[in-house]
Amino acid sequence: MPLTEKTPATPATAGTPAIEFKDVEKSFGPTTVLKDLNFTVAPGERVTLIGPSGSGKTTILRLVMTLEDLTDGYIFVDGEPLTFEERDGKRVEMPKKRTREMTTRIGMVFQQFNLFPNMTVLENIIEAPVHVLGKSKAEASTEAKELLERVGLSEKADAHPTRLSGGQQQRVAIARALAMSPEILLLDEVTSALDPELVGDVLGVLRDIAETTDITMLLVTHEMQFARDVSHRVMMFDGGQVLEEGPPDQIFNNPSHERTKSFLSSVL
Amino acid sequence: MIWNWEFAAEALPILLRGFVNTLIATVVGTIIATVLGLILAVAIRGLPRWINWIVRLLVAFVRNTPLVVQLIFVYYIFAGIPGLVDVPALVIGFIVIGIHYSTYMSESYRAGIDSVPPGQFEAATALSLPPVRTFTAVVLPQALRATIPSLGNYAVAMFKDTPFLFAISVVELVTSAQQFGAAKFAYTEAFTLAGIIFLVASYPTSLLIQRLDRRLATY
Repeated sequence: MPLTEKTPATPATAGTPAIEFKDVEKSFGPTTVLKDLNFTVAPGERVTLIGPSGSGKTTILRLVMTLEDLTDGYIFVDGEPLTFEERDGKRVEMPKKRTREMTTRIGMVFQQFNLFPNMTVLENIIEAPVHVLGKSKAEASTEAKELLERVGLSEKADAHPTRLSGGQQQRVAIARALAMSPEILLLDEVTSALDPELVGDVLGVLRDIAETTDITMLLVTHEMQFARDVSHRVMMFDGGQVLEEGPPDQIFNNPSHERTKSFLSSVL
Repeated sequence: MIWNWEFAAEALPILLRGFVNTLIATVVGTIIATVLGLILAVAIRGLPRWINWIVRLLVAFVRNTPLVVQLIFVYYIFAGIPGLVDVPALVIGFIVIGIHYSTYMSESYRAGIDSVPPGQFEAATALSLPPVRTFTAVVLPQALRATIPSLGNYAVAMFKDTPFLFAISVVELVTSAQQFGAAKFAYTEAFTLAGIIFLVASYPTSLLIQRLDRRLATY
């Protein structure tokens, strides 16, 4: 696994990684999507995954969020096993309850927003803080309103998601993920389903979060300018493997692989 | 056809007394069917394979035999068990009708649950919601939207199936019409009124279900 030098802005890599993939393999039926994948993400680091479709980027995010079952290998969050652990030399699945405790540290924003249509915007945001973290409704609502203000949607607290534009829905989804105070935020092509004129607002919110918090971010995006601006490191995937990685300037301006060059020229 | 207003006036209170049994059987039967139907739908989804298999077999058995046969079968089983001889026929009636329709309603629930997009389950996982909370707060409210119209239709169908209770000697609306008709040779009056009572009760119910459906569709 080629581990390249980091840009000065990268958080210290010493100590326990926020995310660690160890010998990860993921197959869907006979199709192997990821094979012998090893990488770490440092606490506070923002990493963008790029690569052609089908290269396994989204699968990586989904594995961290436990939306997919790991075929083989291990994933660690803060050094603790997420879904499988090694016990007496055997690979053992963790209890579901323990995995769920682990995932409270992780938030995810989806391409299709996935807001709960049967709840208002505010109810969407306070649902998990109340029912997972055990906060009082009053406390959760106060925090939710602060988050709504942050994403510029204070006046939409009592609206139902279907009454909002795609960009507004996505900003609510970001607020909903942030309401859990995650250490890690996974962003899966969060602007791909939006009309072009709505992309800017969503990216603006994410830039703000990147600048003002130290949340570890793992993102898959086709917005290369955004990736360049916010990420400490870019990983180029191809065929379920890390083809190359490095600071955004290096990957975007001076990629070493022909595949990376041709991929970038196709999307830039 | 001869219509005798005197007979009609005489029949009406008798029919309405029978109708009380019809209503009890329908309302209690509907409550049993909606609750048990949901339990069945969840059981078929979430339980270990062998329980799942047994539940499916029972559902298939209940669906593929006539309601009348089930009513008589259970009625005579109860009659043969010493402690259960005194269970009123009406109670046996609404239990059997409730179970019968629960097998249909479970199918509606299942379709409703399947209509909830996978993204909803994924969002619930991403928020670390426990499975029970995911089901009650996210999945069920959305599934019910798709389910309520057909649950309502089954309730109306159940209502119209209550005359089968005559087979276990429950005097409901149609049986009371039959008895009155036979006693006075006034079938026309008795059955015309019985039909009108059915219509007056079930048509507003259908309208109510439509309204409920529209209201649920507003988010």
